[in-house]
Amino acid sequence: MLTISRELVDRVIAHAWADHPDEACGVIAGPVGSDRPERFVAMENAERSPTFYRFDSMEQFRVWREMDDRDEEPVVIYHSHTSTEAYPSRTDVSYASEPNAHYVLVSTADADAVQVRSFRIVDGVVTEEEVTIV
Amino acid sequence: MAIEVRIPTILRTYTDGAKAVKADGATLSDLFGDLESRHPGLKERIVDDAGLRRFVNVYLNDEDVRFLGGLDTPVSDGDTVTVLPAVAGGRR
Repeated sequence: MLTISRELVDRVIAHAWADHPDEACGVIAGPVGSDRPERFVAMENAERSPTFYRFDSMEQFRVWREMDDRDEEPVVIYHSHTSTEAYPSRTDVSYASEPNAHYVLVSTADADAVQVRSFRIVDGVVTEEEVTIV
Repeated sequence: MAIEVRIPTILRTYTDGAKAVKADGATLSDLFGDLESRHPGLKERIVDDAGLRRFVNVYLNDEDVRFLGGLDTPVSDGDTVTVLPAVAGGRR
């Protein structure tokens, strides 16, 4: 289960709309082992694409080092799908590389029904989990 | 001579959970060869026949090695090499 504040969910959704129709992406860092997403970090989508996202390699390096220095880890890795549902694609599954992260997907395909869903992706297996907004 | 190699979470199964390991070599290519002899299986998660795997980022100190000399990049004592899987995906 992912427990996350309303404020952070709203920031993810706001970022998704800001970059729409391109995919938006980012991380929410939290203390190592806490499973608590706390620090919102919007990342640049180096692909600037409506169908693909990739963190800019130098930005990722800086953000990962900063997390390391602060004893944090990427508790949430989020990205948006702008014309399909909020469910991991085959591409998402094949590149998922943080086994401890909650993969949060937001869909801006339907402006009247924005979806936010969370998944674990480990060894190519996708497991949806409940999202509790506090 | 020793170079520190920082290992991402997903590859720590090859290093008994260690976040960083030591290795030697004159170039990155040599370094990954040495790493393989100490931690079998690790190298092929980072490089393939064509060179660095497309969705793996390798940094020498603060630079992405793709902007340096790739696997031919010289390394020396005291350098830090960081391996990070790219974070990527998409609708397709």
